[in-house]
Amino acid sequence: MIELLASRYTYVLMFVLLGIGLYMVIASQNLVKKLIGVSLFQTSIFLFFVSMAYVEGGSAPIVPPESDPGELLVASPLPQVIVLTAIVVGIALTAVGLALVIRIYSEYGTLREDTLREVRADE
Amino acid sequence: MSNIDLLPALLIVAPILAATLPIALGLRYERTGWSVAAITSTGLFAAALALASVVYTSGEVIHTLGGYPRTYGIQLVADEFSTLIALLITSVAVGVLAYTRRGGPRGNTFYTAYLLLVGGLLGISLTGDVFNLFVFLEITSLATYALVASGDGPESAVAALKYLILGTVAASMYLIGVAFVFMATGTLNMVELSIAIPAAERPVLIQTGFAFIVVGFAVKVAQWPLHTWQPSAYQQAPDGVTPLIAALVSTASAYAFGRLIVTVFEVDYLAAMPNAAAIVLTIGCVSVLAGTVLAVIQTEVKRMLAYSSVSQFGLVIAAYGVVIAGNSETALTGAVIHLVGHGLLKTGLFLGAALVAASYGARTVDEYAGLATDRPIMAGLMAILLFSLVGIPPSVGFVGKWYIALGAVESQLWPVAAVIFLSTMLTLAYAARLLEKMYFTPATVVERPHARGPVATDGGDADRDDASTLDSEVETDDGSAAAALRGADARNPVSVGMIAIVVVVALGAVALGFAGGAIAELLEPFLTEVIN
Repeated sequence: MIELLASRYTYVLMFVLLGIGLYMVIASQNLVKKLIGVSLFQTSIFLFFVSMAYVEGGSAPIVPPESDPGELLVASPLPQVIVLTAIVVGIALTAVGLALVIRIYSEYGTLREDTLREVRADE
Repeated sequence: MSNIDLLPALLIVAPILAATLPIALGLRYERTGWSVAAITSTGLFAAALALASVVYTSGEVIHTLGGYPRTYGIQLVADEFSTLIALLITSVAVGVLAYTRRGGPRGNTFYTAYLLLVGGLLGISLTGDVFNLFVFLEITSLATYALVASGDGPESAVAALKYLILGTVAASMYLIGVAFVFMATGTLNMVELSIAIPAAERPVLIQTGFAFIVVGFAVKVAQWPLHTWQPSAYQQAPDGVTPLIAALVSTASAYAFGRLIVTVFEVDYLAAMPNAAAIVLTIGCVSVLAGTVLAVIQTEVKRMLAYSSVSQFGLVIAAYGVVIAGNSETALTGAVIHLVGHGLLKTGLFLGAALVAASYGARTVDEYAGLATDRPIMAGLMAILLFSLVGIPPSVGFVGKWYIALGAVESQLWPVAAVIFLSTMLTLAYAARLLEKMYFTPATVVERPHARGPVATDGGDADRDDASTLDSEVETDDGSAAAALRGADARNPVSVGMIAIVVVVALGAVALGFAGGAIAELLEPFLTEVIN
């Protein structure tokens, strides 16, 4: 266990964040907090990708023109490119989600899910 | 690179680029959205046909983006399976677009979301890269959330938010799965993965990855008990939008799941993986039964059809389970035919429900009373489509179920065959309830509180043109205000064209039933390639 924490602490951290995010999505009654949970959940996956690409002692994946590329020790660039794309997707989703929250708030006057359920049941 | 290699890229890029036009042109000219969307989707349909003719005569078409090798580059692949789905997507898109010309919803923002949705769906069907599959899933989902939220009233926003939260978590689950598989193999290309996965040093990473992917797609395809977003999303979406998303969004996800099973993980590898077949089979079979039972107890027609989707997709997932467990070519054929057939049937049924709501003012099963005497053509069309859904030959619903059941029997999976039989009976239960109301219960005015209400607003009339300007500005609020402007003219808003589209779909569903063998033949090269 200690060994796992010492050598793989980024993965442990990522799954803790993942759990917190998912818990917020399920347990929080506030719609905005739910969306924050979704964002946290996604971000932890991005961190997972980034930590996966880390190479012990490796530099950033920028290849200088003068040196021989074969001897360079760099982090894997592919996961980083993937994460950039995924971040953009995540931002778009958060924006759409917040727009929907604004619409719901202006119609029902509440952000809490339990109150929302009551208001909708009354109608 | 010949010209045909460009088609897969064009099929994805064209609708996404065209999606910017309705809004951009809308600043200068009013009402350009429909023409842009119509030209684009007709072009896409033609392109898909051209692609299909090449794929079915001389094998798969591969487009390598930027010329980078597939180990780290991106590929678009059109083979027999994906081309069939691309054909379904483009043809349904053209049909539904023609319907919305008169049936609504309208507005430049609607056409933008519509084109984005079509682009994302075509991306799902043509991509050859597991990460781009995630991106296209999210593009599709984003457009769907926006389309669901454009429904009348605030309820649609609640449904869309629920869908957004569940859908995002699901797509993220899929992304974790991809992360694990990438960690074990170091590649994202589907063909490279199929080579690298059996050789992976740590199979536990692959198993974890597959588990996350299964959960992600179980939500996206709306499998019980993760289906909860789907009925409210389908019910609250505008009538003209529901056919599109019901027929295509979950179908594309189910296609993607099948693609991952047969091309990426490969059947042999999954068959050796502990419990993989059992899990997929159980998810599918339980959804089939839960979906039909829930559909039987619904009162709203659109909601009933939505729960019916849960069960029909359960059938497809169960077929995938049979494919894994029994290495069954027949079950895969059945799954593909059922995917296409169900997509077509649900388009027809939801369009029919929209027609009935627009002209007869009926939304619940009870309100359908007397439809056959008042609107014989509509009732007849609904009846044909419902019978196809139950699986009465000759219809495409029958052919798909037949192949799946045959595959289950060949693989000695008797419980699956029993589930298919039982679900057919239960499907008949909810279809018969609607048929009985339409044909054998006389209509009473009191029973139809929805008649002439705000539901009958989206009609196309001569003075529609003034109102549509208003719609494009307050598109999300297209409800009673616009209806009041249009007044009594909106009473009979169903045009011949709108009915004609449903007729075409119904005829297509029956014709495809006869063409089942032909589809199986077209798929033959693909099937022999993925199943040894």
